[in-house]
Amino acid sequence: MIEIKNIKKNFGSQQVLKGISASFENGKCNLIIGKSGSGKTVTLKCMVGLFEPDEGTIMYDGRNITEMDFHARKDIRREIGMLFQGTALFDSLTVEENVQFPLDMFTNQTAAEKLERVNFCLGRVNLPNTNKKYPGELSGGMKKRVGIARAIVMNPKYLFCDEPNSGLDPKTAIVIDHLIKEITLEYNMTTVINTHDMNSVMGIGDKVVFLHEGLKYWEGTNKQIMEITDGELFDFIFASDFLKDLRRNAKY
Amino acid sequence: MLKIFEQLGGFLTLMYSAFSKPEKAQMYWKETFRQAKDIGVGSLPIIAIVSTFIGGVSAVQFAYQFRSISLVPMWWIGSIVRKGMILELAPTVSALLLAGKVGSNIASELGTMRISEQIDAYEIMGVNTPAYLIGPKIAASVIVVPMLVVIAVALGIVGGWGAGLLGGFFSTTEYFRGVQDGFDGYDVFIMLVKAVLFGFTLSSISCYKGFTVQGGAVEIGKSSTQAVVLSSIVMMIVNFFVAFLLL
Ligand SMILES: Nc1ncnc2c1ncn2[C@@H]1O[C@H](COP(=O)(O)OP(=O)(O)OP(=O)(O)O)[C@@H](O)[C@H]1O
Ligand SMILES: [Mg+2]
Repeated sequence: MIEIKNIKKNFGSQQVLKGISASFENGKCNLIIGKSGSGKTVTLKCMVGLFEPDEGTIMYDGRNITEMDFHARKDIRREIGMLFQGTALFDSLTVEENVQFPLDMFTNQTAAEKLERVNFCLGRVNLPNTNKKYPGELSGGMKKRVGIARAIVMNPKYLFCDEPNSGLDPKTAIVIDHLIKEITLEYNMTTVINTHDMNSVMGIGDKVVFLHEGLKYWEGTNKQIMEITDGELFDFIFASDFLKDLRRNAKY
Repeated sequence: MLKIFEQLGGFLTLMYSAFSKPEKAQMYWKETFRQAKDIGVGSLPIIAIVSTFIGGVSAVQFAYQFRSISLVPMWWIGSIVRKGMILELAPTVSALLLAGKVGSNIASELGTMRISEQIDAYEIMGVNTPAYLIGPKIAASVIVVPMLVVIAVALGIVGGWGAGLLGGFFSTTEYFRGVQDGFDGYDVFIMLVKAVLFGFTLSSISCYKGFTVQGGAVEIGKSSTQAVVLSSIVMMIVNFFVAFLLL
């Protein structure tokens, strides 16, 4: 479980996060949703320590990462996997080398053990036989899969995904969502996902946190979202007038 | 002015973390070796071509000047080409060529990694990114630049020889008598000092410029130009002080 309390972050004079508190539970897909520019990526980067929040605490199962020095943080980072918005695959390395990198750097496994683990992870994301390709040779969906394989190769307890299905067609997006969900359940991970895709919210949103103008505006499950009939969240979810009418006329 | 000190501070902090203890030495060696190969093999052709011609041009120019002073024997050309290449031409010309080639390459590679969040990805894994991404580049550069300079000297001397034979200024025996005459190991020492300092200056400035890029593709382009310009200037200042202090 990850708990954030009163996270604030400014860039210059721009207040991006104005005091966000939320908790993210084990074995669940926790979604952070919000408009583009609402601070989802900044929140995620504060949580993993890529940005220093100006204020607030971030607890990983009771361990406060904001108070840790570089070395203690490094230990927590071994327990973190992250899928970046643009996948951030190392483009000078092959798919296999990308996934294997954390093993090379942080374990003393033999070459055979490492290869077995890499192949297992690539198989898990349904990407067999791409080992020797370079990221530049892959489609967007394949890159996301490699990104997921790399994120889970060290058996992380915490998985962060920044818009895992942006740029994918709706079908592939759903496949990737379900892959993340399955992996989350399988390893009982605490998974935090940034998204503005309504299919994801409805499909895998065990818990949903809605950010609006730097604050947490709403929190609940995907089932509860369907009961909302007005306000910022309603506007966000049912973005078009067409959907709003559809929702208002629907009988429950 | 304040900005210069800010940058200098940032540079020194980055260099400090670039040389902190590696988490797994073997990975760092591998990376250093890869970088050395990249820098060395990649720059060899241009350095070889340019230094051969520079040696040739020096020989031709001195022959032209010596012809008007009939008292000077032509075999001196060998010794002048050698001394000129070792003390000044090989290190300086290599440095400027490498600033253009290796410097811009390093800055744009690191810049791209920064913008595409690859550096963040290393960071998340718990990799000490300055140490892993910068340390090996600087180490490789400090090792490889002196090697390239030595090759440049050798090819410059060969170039001078070829040009002299073509122009009929001297015979092979005369030229190599000159090349060997009055050889001073101290010159080589100065050359190596320069080469090591150039290797460090060039790679560290370019790494700094690339590693700290913010923005997008335009900024990557700008920072790699800045890396070339700034490292060329700093290397020439270093060059002056080495000559001033050690000669
Ligand atoms: N490194 C930075 N420096 C300055 N401002 C930043 C930085 N990163 C983000 N911001 C600002 O913070 C705000 C929130 O950005 P963020 O990337 O978190 O949005 P987001 O919710 O992830 O949007 P999207 O859905 O488009 O990815 C934006 O206004 C952005 O300009
Ligand atoms: Mg974002």
